[in-house]
Amino acid sequence: MDDLIAARLQMAVSLGFHIVFACIGMTMPVLMAFSEWRWLKTGKQVYLDITKAWSKGVAIFFAVGAVSGTVLSFELGLLWPQFMKHAGAIIGMPFSWEGTAFFIEAIALGVFLYGWNRLNKWVHWLSGVLVSISGILSGIFVVSANAWMNSPAGFDWVNGRAVNIDPVKAMFNDAWLSQAIHMTLAAFVSTAFAVAGVHAFLLLKNRGRLFHQQAVKTALIFGSVAAVLQPISGDFSAKDVAKRQPAKLAALEALYKTSKPADLVIGGFPNNKEQRVNYAIHIPGGLSFLAKGDLNAEVEGLDKVPKEDWPPVMITHISFQLMVMIGFFLAFVSLLYLVFSIKWRHVLMKKWWLCVIAFATPLGFIAVEAGWTVTETGRQPWIIYGIMRTKDAVSSMPGLRYSFFVITIVYLLLSLIITWLMRRQINTIHEFYPTAKTL
Amino acid sequence: MLILIVIILGVSFILYTLLGGADFGAGIVETFEGKREELTISRAMAPVWEANHVWLILAMVILFTGFPAVYASLSWVLHIPLMMVLLGIIMRGTAFTFRHYDVHQGRSHKYYSFLFRVSSFITPVFLGMILGAMILGEISFDRSQGFYRMFIAPWLNWFCFTMGLFTACLFAYLASVFLVGETKIERERIKYAKFSKHSMIATLVLGLLVFIMAEAEGHSLTRTFLHSIPSIIMLVIAVLLGPLIWHFLNKEKNKTVYLRLGVGIQVTAILVGWFCIQFPVLIEVKNASELTFYNTQAPAATLEQLLIALIVGLLLVIPGFVFLFRVFKIRSM
Repeated sequence: MDDLIAARLQMAVSLGFHIVFACIGMTMPVLMAFSEWRWLKTGKQVYLDITKAWSKGVAIFFAVGAVSGTVLSFELGLLWPQFMKHAGAIIGMPFSWEGTAFFIEAIALGVFLYGWNRLNKWVHWLSGVLVSISGILSGIFVVSANAWMNSPAGFDWVNGRAVNIDPVKAMFNDAWLSQAIHMTLAAFVSTAFAVAGVHAFLLLKNRGRLFHQQAVKTALIFGSVAAVLQPISGDFSAKDVAKRQPAKLAALEALYKTSKPADLVIGGFPNNKEQRVNYAIHIPGGLSFLAKGDLNAEVEGLDKVPKEDWPPVMITHISFQLMVMIGFFLAFVSLLYLVFSIKWRHVLMKKWWLCVIAFATPLGFIAVEAGWTVTETGRQPWIIYGIMRTKDAVSSMPGLRYSFFVITIVYLLLSLIITWLMRRQINTIHEFYPTAKTL
Repeated sequence: MLILIVIILGVSFILYTLLGGADFGAGIVETFEGKREELTISRAMAPVWEANHVWLILAMVILFTGFPAVYASLSWVLHIPLMMVLLGIIMRGTAFTFRHYDVHQGRSHKYYSFLFRVSSFITPVFLGMILGAMILGEISFDRSQGFYRMFIAPWLNWFCFTMGLFTACLFAYLASVFLVGETKIERERIKYAKFSKHSMIATLVLGLLVFIMAEAEGHSLTRTFLHSIPSIIMLVIAVLLGPLIWHFLNKEKNKTVYLRLGVGIQVTAILVGWFCIQFPVLIEVKNASELTFYNTQAPAATLEQLLIALIVGLLLVIPGFVFLFRVFKIRSM
């Protein structure tokens, strides 16, 4: 395995691991603060119990996320010193704001988790609100740094050096808004559906328990709204990518030849040699419409891009299909949920419906991982799009593969332990919270 | 502007040493004192440890935004010890949280404790080795030197190893003094006080050894030290506080505030003294000019934005931090 591949894989493993915890860290505080607020308003024990049960899980996820985030702040330099040498001064600003937001999040979470008996109820609730706000902000700041890699701005590149640096312009680059919206919604969809799914599963095992019913409801209120909005934000992102990164759009749609109009290719396996997509469904003019808003518009294909600048088409295309498929499925389920909860509430307790929700448990996170793969592999071979190639940024220290092996093993083990630990925590809900036993 | 950023970097470094260091040290104390101390230590650390460790992230962010060349070079040549620090941070954070939150007591707790203790020791040792490598001057960016001279020799030597042990010992000392005020049980208090005294002596001995090892490795630390008056003053303060802290440790009545203040000033003095010797150098480089704050600073536009972010950030963070400590530390005293 060569060192470049090892470094890229290590980054993929570290970010793929961290993104799950980051999503949870952005969403769960909102769900907890909402649930606590309902308790403060109604005085019903069940809402308090839900908040407390969730907070036990969040404490574990948050600690792991804090650790894997710290690891990333080092890995950027350990693996990509040439990138950080040039980019540090340009995108340091979102990172320094992220640092601040994360700091506030860590402090407020400490207060929230351990302050139950020490603080006034409303002060306690406020700390939860503060965790929510700072959690979402810190996510957005990091995404803004990533958006800069897709859409470099705020500097001039002269003879292999950045000059005339403008950190504010760099932070508010062309891609930041569409990426920030898409990622925040994704965090809400994935986490809320995972939470709802787990409680739906527990409801299937223990029918009619109020605790789980309310938990599913609280999670889905946020999850369903986010999931319905997500395709709209996805469309906004796609149009943005079409404008800024035609090579990425061509790769994720596996569009080999510039076409007018361009078909929307659904599914299938791209074949770089024959420059065609096997076993795919074609919708005439579909891509022209989605990318440019016009059924007859021309869409640039990979033939406009020199072959050495092609992203890996297979991975990007398949990940994109997976993300979109799940996105639409969850949006559909969410629409059903909204309709049912307005008109036919009894359906929400039906076994088949709970099965659907339980089935959706991992889907959101799979979509997050797939979407992350799309944006990262779709940018290749660039680390800073059009400016610096990934292979020129990698550390020249020999033997990077060993740190890749070690990190991979550690994260695999951690994933196993966390899964096992969560099962253990969930199995004890019924012992600790009286409302989890009542019907 | 640069000076202000350097000061904030220094302050976050000091706070990380004091707060994060005490966290690491608590793991070391636990290793020596055993199972019964686990509870006090967990209870003391749980609400604050995450916030304590964010000071390190802050220092990293300042380094890679304000002095990107330093960050890039360090993470290039000191890849291996930094990787070890990372593994330590991963193991420690997760093991501690799992131990605290896993509702089942039993065999798994033994593993969590083991990992927590081992990583509480290893991480500061490697942190100290990294600091040692930065000042020793064996670091070189000349690629023709071969793997060993470039990526191993700068940090794997007796001076850096002594620095590592010194760091771990200093953290254990900090932690045990803090812990004296965390327990209400007299027997435990005496144990921590005793540990504080032992680790104080060990820290002093290792501190002397750092100077000796520096000479042995051909780095004239003593001479540079004797030329810096502020450093000498700082060291005198740190040394004079020793007997005073010793005295309070012997008192049966709880003198938590004096103890914590004393040890805080002591460690701060050591760090400030060290900064005075080092400034403005960040990395000493072999056979080439060193990397300083001045020759690695980011462009003015970046420094300006960084400073704004830091000041606004600290204005938000510090009241929060004070509140956190008031709720969980002062009130329980």
